[in-house]
Amino acid sequence: MTLDSMAWLILVPPVLSFWLIVLFFNRWKRLSHGIAIGAAFLSFLLAQGIVVAGLRMGGERLGEEPIHSLLPWLPTGTTVLSLGVWIDPLTVALLFFVSITVLAIFVYSVGYMHGDPKYSRFFAFISLFAFGMFGLVVADDLLMLFIFWEIMGLCSYLLIGFWYHKPSAYRAAVKAFLTTRIGDVFMLLGIAYLYSQTGTLSYDVLFRDHAVLHQLATTPSVIGGLSVAALAGLLLFAGTVGKSAQFPLHVWLPDAMEGPTPVSAMIHAATMVSAGVYLVIRAFPLLSVGLESAVGTPPMLAMGLIGAFTAFFAATIAVAQNDIKRVLAYSTISQLGYMIAALGVGAYVAAAFHLVAHAFFKALLFLGSGSVIVGMHHHQDMMEMGGLRKKMPITFWTFVAGGFALSGFPIITAGFWSKDEILAQAFHAAQSGSWLGWYVYLLLALGALLTAFYTMRQISLTFLGEPRSEHAEHAHETPWTMTVPLIVLAFFALTFGFVGVPEDFPLLGKLFGGNFFHHFVGATLMEEEAPLPLNWVPLTISIVFALGGLFLGWWIYGRKPLKAGERDPLERALGKLHTVLKNKYYVDEFYNWAFIQPTIRLGAWVYKWIDRGVIDGILHTAAAAAMASGRLFGWVDRVVINGGVDSAARGIGRMGDEGRRGLQTGLVQDYIFILAVFVILFVLVYFVRGAGL
Amino acid sequence: MVPLSWYLLLSALLFAVGLYAVMARRNLIGMLMGLELMLNAINLTLIAFWRYLHPYNLGFQALVIFVLVVAASEAAVGLALILAVFRLRETEHVDELNLLRW
Repeated sequence: MTLDSMAWLILVPPVLSFWLIVLFFNRWKRLSHGIAIGAAFLSFLLAQGIVVAGLRMGGERLGEEPIHSLLPWLPTGTTVLSLGVWIDPLTVALLFFVSITVLAIFVYSVGYMHGDPKYSRFFAFISLFAFGMFGLVVADDLLMLFIFWEIMGLCSYLLIGFWYHKPSAYRAAVKAFLTTRIGDVFMLLGIAYLYSQTGTLSYDVLFRDHAVLHQLATTPSVIGGLSVAALAGLLLFAGTVGKSAQFPLHVWLPDAMEGPTPVSAMIHAATMVSAGVYLVIRAFPLLSVGLESAVGTPPMLAMGLIGAFTAFFAATIAVAQNDIKRVLAYSTISQLGYMIAALGVGAYVAAAFHLVAHAFFKALLFLGSGSVIVGMHHHQDMMEMGGLRKKMPITFWTFVAGGFALSGFPIITAGFWSKDEILAQAFHAAQSGSWLGWYVYLLLALGALLTAFYTMRQISLTFLGEPRSEHAEHAHETPWTMTVPLIVLAFFALTFGFVGVPEDFPLLGKLFGGNFFHHFVGATLMEEEAPLPLNWVPLTISIVFALGGLFLGWWIYGRKPLKAGERDPLERALGKLHTVLKNKYYVDEFYNWAFIQPTIRLGAWVYKWIDRGVIDGILHTAAAAAMASGRLFGWVDRVVINGGVDSAARGIGRMGDEGRRGLQTGLVQDYIFILAVFVILFVLVYFVRGAGL
Repeated sequence: MVPLSWYLLLSALLFAVGLYAVMARRNLIGMLMGLELMLNAINLTLIAFWRYLHPYNLGFQALVIFVLVVAASEAAVGLALILAVFRLRETEHVDELNLLRW
């Protein structure tokens, strides 16, 4: 089997599973999850097959000649739009983690969704989602990417609102859908703009053709001062801001935690939100073309500003949240900010590296929190937990693995290597004299400190100390379908980083093959960036910050664990600031005041004045006029016409009898039946005559 | 290539299903759905004829777009009427809606 047909085939099992479950097997729960997991497993095998083949070919060759296969799809006038698959080193990296996390989460869902009345439907939806994600990863042009992007958006909507009997759930679903839609509209504009300028959406041309890129970068766009490439890049980036929940469109992601936890893990941590980052990584050649100043192109500037700000901003909010999943949601927003900011300072490989590592440990953390939630009989408030370490040992240890990876615990976690690469790149940019570099580096380093702090806070509140409620008292370890995925993901969360150890790192650099990931994924770009020489300053700072944050969290929350009913010590220490953080800087309230209420008021105004006043007014006037003329005609009717017709009718009435009345039943379907009979009769007559008889 | 007759058979089948729904469903919404199905069957026929017989005549496509637009408006108006009827009569069964008798 050739690689491109394998790539096509990855898409088949999930979508098949979706239709099978929806159309035929909705009633059989075990069969449904069997089909879904079987499909995910097939896709997993195919994806890993491609990964192995890709690794064997090596980054150099695959980067130079990506595997590309096209199917003609939609003829539009002179050109034909095609669907295609595209496999280059970046795709291989994405396929690697997507297939693993998807399979792990499918298996996990068996345990988590056990006993849910809409069990089969859940598996159908997540199969459709897997289809969307795989499709997005193997897509070869922006149009196909956008289609799968929207399929995932739909699944996200359906799954956030999966328990739609809860008002909070369906509201969150609508909010997520509408908020991401804002970004998507801009993204679609960007795609259309690129198409109008180049006549193609293929990666091959847009992101690899020097001549096209150069032309895009030098043509001025409709907006003064920006080149076409910059404007299109900014518009594409707006799609990322929506999908990857960056400020100011981050508000949907925390609310999206209303969905079932496997969904939070898969869609809202590991894969779909990563798709936004994937888009900007993929489009990086376009975003960075025309790079002259140290600050970068306008899209890179926007990415650096928004990404670093979001990373820090979301981390501060996460510090003050008590819902176990919301902490992770803000942490996800923050980590996605790291990747975006990394691209802002030009750290292409570092962003991709963190993307993969983050997918592993964040999926692990979400699944761990889901395990806690199941153990706690669906209570999510960390203030009610505590002491789960002994009751749920597997969950505890895997959660610690994920949490330490998130905090960037030195050497033994994946998060350390990937986050450190971003920080090192930002520091390098700062040293080369770019103010954006300083801005990004400072915010990200502080964010790293906060990350370690809130992670340790979460671990302490959840697992350490004594149980603070009935439910925590009676918590129990979850079944194997849930713990095995945790262990698998924990393995990757700890060890994945070793593929990207900097070459000149003492001892380990040589041991783990000299930054394999950098050379492999870096080959996707036309000019591979050289890995930075090891710089001890940012490395030491990130180690100090990671360990310091963890220690601080332990000092405040772990040293003497909270008793039941005790208040958060941070609340006393920070005072008013804590209230602001707890309320997420009142962004939701601000949006409500600035956008939602005015819209409602506008609607009410339009209803009152335009609908009731103008339109109804015209109608009422017309109606009054019609009434007046009707009265006149009525008089004419009654006196002149009726007089004449009545006598005629009386005559006809006498001719009719009860039997013929029966034909008019008043039932519309009887009439349709008669109509159909006569049409068929006429068709018969037509044919008989047509045959020459 | 798939022969034209297959498309015509499929659309005849769709049309028959739709017609059956319109004639046999007692539920107004079901009837409306049947109607939509019939319109789509017609669309399919038009597209099939266009593709096989007159691929350079865009009139077919225009006609199909018209049918689509009409179908959409018809669904909107139809549903609004059904809603109005339901509010008034608390039923959407056609057998009970025989006010237009002699």
